[in-house]
Amino acid sequence: MKEYQTITEISGPLVFAEVDEPVGYDEMVEIETPQGETLRGQVLESSEGLVSIQVFEGTGGIDRNASVRFLGETMKMPVTEDLLGRVLDGSGNPIDGGPEIVPDDRVDIVGEAINPYSREYPEEFIQTGVSAIDGMNTLVRGQKLPIFSGSGLPHNELALQIARQASVPEEEEGDDEEGSEFAVIFGAMGITQEEANEFMQDFERTGALERSVVFMNLADDPAVERQVTPRLVLTTAEYLAFEKGYHVLVILTDITNYCEALREIGAAREEVPGRRGYPGYMYTDLAQLYERAGRIEGNEGSVTQIPILTMPGDDDTHPIPDLTGYITEGQIVMDRDLNSQGIEPPVNVLPSLSRLMDDGIGEGLTREDHGDVSDQMYAAYAEGEDLRDLVNIVGREALSERDNKFLDFADRFETEFVQQGYDTNRSIEETLDLGWDLLSMLPKEALNRIDEDLIEKYYREEEAETAEVEA
Amino acid sequence: MSQAEDIESVDEDGVIESVSGPVVTATDLDARMNDVVYVGDEGLMGEVIEIEGNLTTIQVYEETSGVGPGEPVQNTGEPLSVDLGPGMLNAIYDGVQRPLDELEEKMGSAFLDRGVDAPGIDFEREWEFTPSVAEGEIVEPGDVIGKVPETASITHKVMVPPNYEGGEISSIETGEFTVDEVIAELDSGEEITMHQEWPVRRARPSDEKETPTEPLVSGQRILDGLFPIAKGGTAAIPGPFGSGKTVTQHQLAKWADADIVVYVGCGERGNEMTEVIEDFPELEDPKTGKPLMSRTCLIANTSNMPVAARESCIYTGITIAEYFRDMGYDVALMADSTSRWAEAMREISSRLEEMPGEEGYPAYLAARLSEFYERAGKFQLINGEEGSISVIGAVSPPGGDFSEPVTQNTLRIVKTFWALDADLAERRHFPSINWNESYSLYRQQLDPWFRENVAEDWPERRQWGVDVLDEEGELQEIVQLVGKDALPEDQQLTLEVARYLREAWLQQNAFHDVDTYCEPEKTYRMLGAIKTFNDEAFDALEAGVPVEEIQDVDAAPQLNRMGVADDWNEFIDELESDLKQQIRALY
Repeated sequence: MKEYQTITEISGPLVFAEVDEPVGYDEMVEIETPQGETLRGQVLESSEGLVSIQVFEGTGGIDRNASVRFLGETMKMPVTEDLLGRVLDGSGNPIDGGPEIVPDDRVDIVGEAINPYSREYPEEFIQTGVSAIDGMNTLVRGQKLPIFSGSGLPHNELALQIARQASVPEEEEGDDEEGSEFAVIFGAMGITQEEANEFMQDFERTGALERSVVFMNLADDPAVERQVTPRLVLTTAEYLAFEKGYHVLVILTDITNYCEALREIGAAREEVPGRRGYPGYMYTDLAQLYERAGRIEGNEGSVTQIPILTMPGDDDTHPIPDLTGYITEGQIVMDRDLNSQGIEPPVNVLPSLSRLMDDGIGEGLTREDHGDVSDQMYAAYAEGEDLRDLVNIVGREALSERDNKFLDFADRFETEFVQQGYDTNRSIEETLDLGWDLLSMLPKEALNRIDEDLIEKYYREEEAETAEVEA
Repeated sequence: MSQAEDIESVDEDGVIESVSGPVVTATDLDARMNDVVYVGDEGLMGEVIEIEGNLTTIQVYEETSGVGPGEPVQNTGEPLSVDLGPGMLNAIYDGVQRPLDELEEKMGSAFLDRGVDAPGIDFEREWEFTPSVAEGEIVEPGDVIGKVPETASITHKVMVPPNYEGGEISSIETGEFTVDEVIAELDSGEEITMHQEWPVRRARPSDEKETPTEPLVSGQRILDGLFPIAKGGTAAIPGPFGSGKTVTQHQLAKWADADIVVYVGCGERGNEMTEVIEDFPELEDPKTGKPLMSRTCLIANTSNMPVAARESCIYTGITIAEYFRDMGYDVALMADSTSRWAEAMREISSRLEEMPGEEGYPAYLAARLSEFYERAGKFQLINGEEGSISVIGAVSPPGGDFSEPVTQNTLRIVKTFWALDADLAERRHFPSINWNESYSLYRQQLDPWFRENVAEDWPERRQWGVDVLDEEGELQEIVQLVGKDALPEDQQLTLEVARYLREAWLQQNAFHDVDTYCEPEKTYRMLGAIKTFNDEAFDALEAGVPVEEIQDVDAAPQLNRMGVADDWNEFIDELESDLKQQIRALY
């Protein structure tokens, strides 16, 4: 391996070095500082005689005399089933004081795209135990469903609740010992030590750690490393899912920090910036992360992703949530107003969406009435929401009886259906029954999205009468 | 993609000078613009996009990790072309026409490896060829010389390639042949096979464009009823994420009455393409009863597949569409999404350090978009027949803001605009096409067809619906301020009628077996039933019946069930008579 002491320029996270042999694009680099510290980096651009290197740990301490070694290969992740239960840093080195990792295989972290022909369409319902998700925005295996949140909102609690409760209903009944196992891979990018502790404590408290792999890139770790962390996470996830047959749930937090790092590097490379200074290739870059969710035909395992992102200024047209929404299969949106009303989890179902829901629910999967109930609740809640604006102006008395019922529906929907607390685990049956409790407040004729037979079967006359009396 | 196998024509090899993502520069490469080259030791496919002195810039269609300076670059001397011939229907390709099923087999893995090539059509398979011309006949470029039953519903017509001279047929065969066996010879010495190649960036020739007068019936009420597109027309569907672009595109691919459907998934989700691959073979064409897949060609370049191939997939799709048009078919091409295509251009352009135009997009964005949409149309073909290509492009504007360059440049070209609306989508009003913002410039020229084939008063009835919806829009502004009950009774009734128009007529459930496809006659009759309610209700109001009583007649909510009614003709007959009877009973 050839060593060079030919650094010509150091700028931000980038180092430029002259070489006399060709170096491959994306190859790994080690830089040894005069103090004896070894830093790692990656080739960003390779031309004859000159390469630019992005250094993961930051360029502090590097001078012109530092020596540069090219490792002759792209970045690899050492993978093994023994990773379960381990805590690693953002570059994949163990930080839990455990034994050294003996890899089964070393896999390129720039994953190859799954051939769309080889994919299997996701339609296996995952019960998260959260009504706002199960009932209204159902998650299925192999889906990528981000949580759109904002600073100060309890997205971590929701993510943890999902990680704790996620299960597939039929497995509970059957002998699940034999079936595929569940694993959680947690990738932290630029979160604070305190948040990290919150996750770790919960993992330890619930014993979830032994079926988890944790990657930690904290707020004070180098930003450039954040580019690598999610790729290590997903490479590990793919290995466990498609080689070892696990059902892997990947939680990535916080994508916003990842994108900031992308912008930082783009600026250092003097690239032409796109919207709000983010690089023009951010869509492609994010797609290379999110699209690594899915199922493969003939394969037991699956990768399901729940990325978390905080929307700057709660603005969902900001490039980060915007590009994410165009790639992911829906989104769960957290709402500041609901949060201040004390609703737990404060999920606003109206802008939330699960694109894969239609194929994952219904008879044989969840329950025959699921699709209609969810549609009807959406429509009724949306109508109630609209009426609230009106009430502010004209007052409740000016509204018709029908309108008042919709207003009540919207209130109860928030305080009874969405509200459940972070420790309540509701089965899908409970969620749907709760839905019927609420829908039965409305007159039968107003349920125009539900099949008549289903109304006959599930509609509760008593509820309707109570509502009548109250009104 | 077309494999340039004649290695003799290969020019001098070049050497890689630098690598930056999908953009590679090479020195000493003797190449023309848009030549296809093989890059590096692994032979990754690329295309020449810039030549400057001794330096050639190449966009590479595969991942370039690990490729370094000094590796060779080999020129094929040919532009990026597609293989055309029997075997393209029922197929699924990536952005450079490599069949994905074949790639899976060759790579032996579910993941896409690099440096593997495969021809776009099967060169081994034999097809049953029946000539339709005899020896001694004179044929010209574009003329059909015989037929191949390609799939259950489509007959493939074998044509004299448009770049031939033509002449007298000196011999023609009958029987089973592979696509590169000679099936006919001309006295000019030209040999005809079932296989043609065509460079994707050049439109296939045609005589002239005509004004389209027939609608592309989609079975979607809001489209057929309010904003129709013509066979040979262009349409754009812009909308923020989650507003239903892809579902609308899928519905069109499923139910549009085109002969051939080319579906280009450009930079979109992998699972969505899988859904198409799994769903389409099971669905039946409402006209022929044959599987939908047998008239469909899919091109899937998902968002995580290499960006340069995303740039080319649109061209691959339209060239295949043109080939079927040349056979005299009506082709519909869906591109989902053209924004990803534009972004791919932007990405390559910024790697080339070109001067950016608006929002970082290259200055030639508008030109490329119009070039693409201009390849649509109803054509007089060079063989005297007629064929058409309708293009429907989805647009994904950032933040749902229609003022961004891709939407704006698209709107300057297309004649039908289906604006998707996030508010409608949030309340699960699907298809969430906003009826106030959308338009179709084909209405006038298609009206005669609707009058003749559906109902004489189609345009008038449609206008009635539009007027009611317009009036509702204005009334809603007042309602927002004072509440519904403060309005005079006639206006309250208008709101009620408009609600039925929205909920019973404009909304359509794509996932319901019956409602997913609505023939134009049913669209017309459903509108008629709502109009019956309207007319009867206003008569009753005039006779002094309070509006609440009219709204509460038992039959009225049944209007919402029309869409899912199987035997809709009887259902609507009955409903209309119920409405009349019940409302008249009030006074």
